[in-house]
Amino acid sequence: MRGWMATLGVAAMLALAACSPKAEGDKAASGSTELRIYNWSDYIDPELLAEFTKETGIKVTYDTFDSNEVLETKVLQGGTGYDIVAPSNHNLPRYIAAGAIQPLAKDKLPGLDKLAPDLMAHLATFDPGGKYAVPYMQGTIGIGYNADAVAKRLPGVKVDSWAVVFDPASLAKLKDCGVYFLDASEDMYAVALNYLGKDPNSTNPADYEAATALLLKVRPYVRKFHSSEYIEALANGDICVAIGYSGDVLQARDRADEAKNGVKLAYAIPKEGSQVWFDVFSIPKDAPHVDAAHKFLAFMLRPEVIARASNYTQYANANAAATPLVDEAIRNDPNVYPTAEVSKRLFVTTTKDQALLRDVNRQWTRVLTGR
Amino acid sequence: MRRERSGLAAIVPLLWLAIFFAFPFLLVAKLSLSDTALAMPPYAPRIDWSQGLAGVRAFLAALDGETYARLTQDRLYLDAYLSSLRLAAIGTALLLLIGYPIAYGISRCPDGVRRALVMAVVLPFWTSFLIRIYAWIAILKPAGLLNTVLGAVGLPAINILNTEAAVILGLVYAYLPFMVLPLYAVLDRQDESLIEAAQDLGCTPVSAFWRVTFPLSLRGAAAGALLCFIPMAGEFVIPDLLGGSETLMLGKVIWTEFFANRDWPAASAVAIVLLATLTVPIVLFEREQRKVVG
Repeated sequence: MRGWMATLGVAAMLALAACSPKAEGDKAASGSTELRIYNWSDYIDPELLAEFTKETGIKVTYDTFDSNEVLETKVLQGGTGYDIVAPSNHNLPRYIAAGAIQPLAKDKLPGLDKLAPDLMAHLATFDPGGKYAVPYMQGTIGIGYNADAVAKRLPGVKVDSWAVVFDPASLAKLKDCGVYFLDASEDMYAVALNYLGKDPNSTNPADYEAATALLLKVRPYVRKFHSSEYIEALANGDICVAIGYSGDVLQARDRADEAKNGVKLAYAIPKEGSQVWFDVFSIPKDAPHVDAAHKFLAFMLRPEVIARASNYTQYANANAAATPLVDEAIRNDPNVYPTAEVSKRLFVTTTKDQALLRDVNRQWTRVLTGR
Repeated sequence: MRRERSGLAAIVPLLWLAIFFAFPFLLVAKLSLSDTALAMPPYAPRIDWSQGLAGVRAFLAALDGETYARLTQDRLYLDAYLSSLRLAAIGTALLLLIGYPIAYGISRCPDGVRRALVMAVVLPFWTSFLIRIYAWIAILKPAGLLNTVLGAVGLPAINILNTEAAVILGLVYAYLPFMVLPLYAVLDRQDESLIEAAQDLGCTPVSAFWRVTFPLSLRGAAAGALLCFIPMAGEFVIPDLLGGSETLMLGKVIWTEFFANRDWPAASAVAIVLLATLTVPIVLFEREQRKVVG
């Protein structure tokens, strides 16, 4: 997800979707032969879209974005023309409150009962009763690192703690080989607050002040704050440490392996715990092809389909029936499918009100600019 | 008769300005006086047309300058304005220093060469702006082209990617044609006989340049400077790709307000103030022009 080369990836699927013949009779039944999806970059197996078109005759237009902020701003403005959008859990309540997404017709989604109950319980905090969203993928925030480069600079240190990146003395030693942090204020404050032993969902501005002080102390050793560049930078060996999203780091690892450039990457969910997030599929209120959107959701709810999606993205899906169908290497990777023991340390973030959000972003700007 | 015709001709640019400048400007100005709201679109108030005139009155009453007050309370905005104007000023100064010799050199070349050189100035536009800026990342990155070359000849590596120096480099690179072309246009049109006259009257080539060519080319320099300074002050892509996180520019501030804070009124207010700031050099330029003409 959280995209690699977002600018180039946009609408990559256009040609693919355009070449399938329309199925007979579909039009009469539903009235829609077209579907427009707006999803995170590098976040679906293109073959799945082609299969969907082949099966239903619905032509798919697929565009990508690489931040929740961009998605929310577009959807809340209205008139995007998209039928499916993919916000993350902590933003979902704002979409619902603003009336930007519409309730799902659950009778058209026969696969809903296969979703894992414990995950749905998490999601209920954001979308009570699961009225508006179907979960797609889930992942964590953690540390992606170049094992050799880090071992050389921090001999004998196991990368299993946020202290590697949040302790100034430790990060100072990694400065020369390159450090990236996410430029995502809410995500970064959640893990920083957690590291400080505070509530990651704190509403107390003083807690955020403390986190800002921590981040300002390590800031001199951070080369750049960016939410997607680190994938390529890690894979090329340009940097050696990044705070990043699980699947992105694993994609970087695979790219480095394919390139055979000697870069060995690893991902760690720190022992202090971390944020787990879900990306969900929702239908905008003014979606022009509501029926096609439901058909697509039903398609993605099939265990064999969503399992292949996970194989491609290296993120876990929320479909309990799909887990045994996911590639063994992915399904048994605790970084993708956290073990029960790790799960206990994971937390979800909630929605901030406008005043707190503004305050947090203002503090984040202080961290970014160092003033 | 004459007056009437010119009046008709003025309608087209006026209409153009009304549709593509005044109307959007008023929309943004209105937005800057609104408040954020959790709705679609995410701001309030909105005109309730069903109430007729009362609805419009209620709408106008709900507008306030609170957002502007906030801009004065937080130093971030002032810092961002100053930093943007400073970078644009440095960029413009460097562009003048680099662009003037280039334009002058081209204008002194024989016809065929001149055409080829002007072409060479315009040629980079054939490649996407974004790709050209990405190329600078490949050149400047730690193990990039620049450092490979420096290393090969035994010089120490330079790491300027994600610093202000890289932003200025990117600005100068991207805007150079906008400086060279207006300067070239003025220099090229200059009457050769003026120089000859100056030399006949005892000027050395150098003093003929300073006393004749240079003063006559100032209008081109001013046009080039305006053409570069204004968009550079609002630049977003170059600082985002080449700059580090400490590079504070207005483009990024507006992005944060609009996307991260979902605060359209604040983003609009920042944009309006920037526009007001940039009007000053335009007005000065206009006045200068009028002096020259009148």
